[in-house]
Amino acid sequence: MNDKVLNEEQRRAEERAEMNAEAQAAADAASTYEHGWSSDIEQDFAEKGLTEDTVRFISGKKGEPEWMLDWRLKAFRMWEKMESPDWAKVNFPAIDYQDAYYYAEPKAKPKLNSLDEVDPEILRIYEKLGIPIEEQKVLAGVEGARKVAVDAVFDSVSVATTFREELESAGVIFRSISEAIKEYPDLVKKYLGKVVPMKDNYFATLNCAVFSDGTFVYIPKGVRCPMELSTYFRINAENTGQFERTLIVADEGSYVSYLEGCTAPMRDENQLHAAVVELVAMDDAEIKYSTVQNWYPGDENGKGGIYNFVTKRGLCQGKNSKISWTQVETGSAVTWKYPSCVLNGENSVGEFYSVALTNNYQQADTGTKMIHNGKNTRSTIISKGISAGKSDNTYRGLVRVGANAENVRNFTQCDSLLLGDQCGAHTVPYIEVKNPTATIEHEATTSKISDDQMFYAQQRGLDEEEAVALIVNGFAKEVLKELPMEFAVEAQKLLAISLEGSVG
Amino acid sequence: MLKIENLQANVGVTQILNGLSLTINAGEIHAIMGPNGAGKSTLAYTLGGRPNYEVTDGSVSFTTSVRAEPVDAQTDDPSTSSGRTDQTLDLLDMDPHERAAAGIFLGFQYPVEIPGVSNLQFLRESLNAQRKVRGEDPLSGAEFIKLAKEKAGLLKMDMEMLKRAVNVGFSGGEKKRNEMVQMGIIDPKLAILDETDSGLDIDALRIVGDGINSIMRKPDKAVLLITHYQRLLDLVKPDFVHVLANGKIVKTGGPELALELEEHGYEAVAA
Repeated sequence: MNDKVLNEEQRRAEERAEMNAEAQAAADAASTYEHGWSSDIEQDFAEKGLTEDTVRFISGKKGEPEWMLDWRLKAFRMWEKMESPDWAKVNFPAIDYQDAYYYAEPKAKPKLNSLDEVDPEILRIYEKLGIPIEEQKVLAGVEGARKVAVDAVFDSVSVATTFREELESAGVIFRSISEAIKEYPDLVKKYLGKVVPMKDNYFATLNCAVFSDGTFVYIPKGVRCPMELSTYFRINAENTGQFERTLIVADEGSYVSYLEGCTAPMRDENQLHAAVVELVAMDDAEIKYSTVQNWYPGDENGKGGIYNFVTKRGLCQGKNSKISWTQVETGSAVTWKYPSCVLNGENSVGEFYSVALTNNYQQADTGTKMIHNGKNTRSTIISKGISAGKSDNTYRGLVRVGANAENVRNFTQCDSLLLGDQCGAHTVPYIEVKNPTATIEHEATTSKISDDQMFYAQQRGLDEEEAVALIVNGFAKEVLKELPMEFAVEAQKLLAISLEGSVG
Repeated sequence: MLKIENLQANVGVTQILNGLSLTINAGEIHAIMGPNGAGKSTLAYTLGGRPNYEVTDGSVSFTTSVRAEPVDAQTDDPSTSSGRTDQTLDLLDMDPHERAAAGIFLGFQYPVEIPGVSNLQFLRESLNAQRKVRGEDPLSGAEFIKLAKEKAGLLKMDMEMLKRAVNVGFSGGEKKRNEMVQMGIIDPKLAILDETDSGLDIDALRIVGDGINSIMRKPDKAVLLITHYQRLLDLVKPDFVHVLANGKIVKTGGPELALELEEHGYEAVAA
């Protein structure tokens, strides 16, 4: 059997050598990372470092109105006085914020009337990203294919917005945030920073100052958004911090499902990603926000990888409103992320479904906050942590029930799965209840993939990696089934890919 | 089909199999009986290739009839011998999934739960993984469901059970019956059934017995039954009965040996 392993390694080594011969040097280290490739669209950089001038440069580059620049500058001055938080169970070297670029955009911003005009380079990248079949059909112009709008955020700047007309006829506004600031200043002003205040936390404040681009969605009263909205993010320029800003407002009785998928190319140096996502749901409105995140996690030795410090929060402002977060987190060297729900409206519902997978030296500190302020509000938290290699995976969750919130219900389930004996799984629940009518349930389990399960699956014909992938996907199923179909398939593949080499 | 010679194996630091030899030919059904701790399950696991079951000496070869050379699947008729040839494999040099693909199926004494994975998904992935190793095309969803329905019907198992997670919430009897449904779907050459009869009520035992006969009693297949009780052997008539004690076969006979054991016990018969 040892010989087989050696032969296999030899075969892989030969394949690698071949690849190197024909590919660029960048492809070298990419053999273990599917999305480890880069493209060569020209960049227009802001100068390295972060000063007021950088903020002015970004705002000017985007042709922003005065109020936006003022808002950014206020955030920048606030941020200068703040300190990076240290309470999460993650370790990373101090970030030199002066040693990064804060703005890059593709040089010629194309004006597109149809997808045919999308840069073939970008389409090629989407293909490599494995964009779901349905969307590929749409991209290929297949008649009758289910429509999924892709607001392509390519290196911070939207270069293609599709299906705008159909969305517009439904009254849906789906724009890059830069466009929205100019076209719908009143709407943006009304909600920007209302769910995640400017002073919320170090990374959110930084984002306020330098956010590069992102997405704005407004669903008018009573409208069910006619298609799933999806945005693909990529970090593509070396040393470019990415500061996405997303704002989704669902007006009374409306519904929207938003998909966000991320992959990033192989990079040696750490890259910071500090996004802010704000959601607002009015009376009887529902927002479903799904994420599959696959930023570069660093190599087997913990070198490189993305720092993903994201603030995501939804406000259930109206009665009977609902916000549902579903995330599959497999990437990033360090993840710091707590998609949360503030349940102010009576009978409003918050949901958090999460799979966080860490391998090698990855660190994830992720979870949610369910803030129950309204009467009869309900929340569900299902968290599945998978740890492999030498990684550390922490669930950190807060359930808070305010004094005036009668008859609150929360159910929390945190399951951890360990692969191997050098990884860590941690569960840190915070429960603060100020109203005695609340019903709060918390369940937690920690398990390992058992030798029995592995042998059983192998005896039926699966090899070691197939067996692990099957068992892990079973473990994560409760969360995966919450994803839209095209994402669920992608997510399953991603879990399997992310665990390659973690057994045997 | 299976030739075990002088097999010695350790579990951890303890030697469990002490020079076991056994030959099973195609078309035969063998029963192995023996007291607790004799090494019956160790034999099953060792043949399956379970990690930590370390073979220290001996050999196991597995001979099956395979296609002589890649032929068009449309014209390849397995019922004829033309275009087929015997292939002998050194089982001990193979990974567990390779042994499975070669045609070895283990019916587990304690079938394992896999939460969140439906029986159908598990079996389809397993079967197609085996087919891939054998160079065969994967079964489509429709083909697989048809196969699964047929085999579930054979074992009188509700299809709804197959949609549930593998063995999760199944009773002891249901788990064992599920093993037989799996065997039917996977259609192995050699089935090693480790106490498949334990935990079954009388009706379930009959269903399982009938299932074994209809799936495995064929000229090109063989069965190794590990059991404590005569009652399964009443349903699945063995050609040979072996007594295993202290990690080796101490006595071999026909079906009458099982009756003798039932009457007098291992100690008297194997002494």
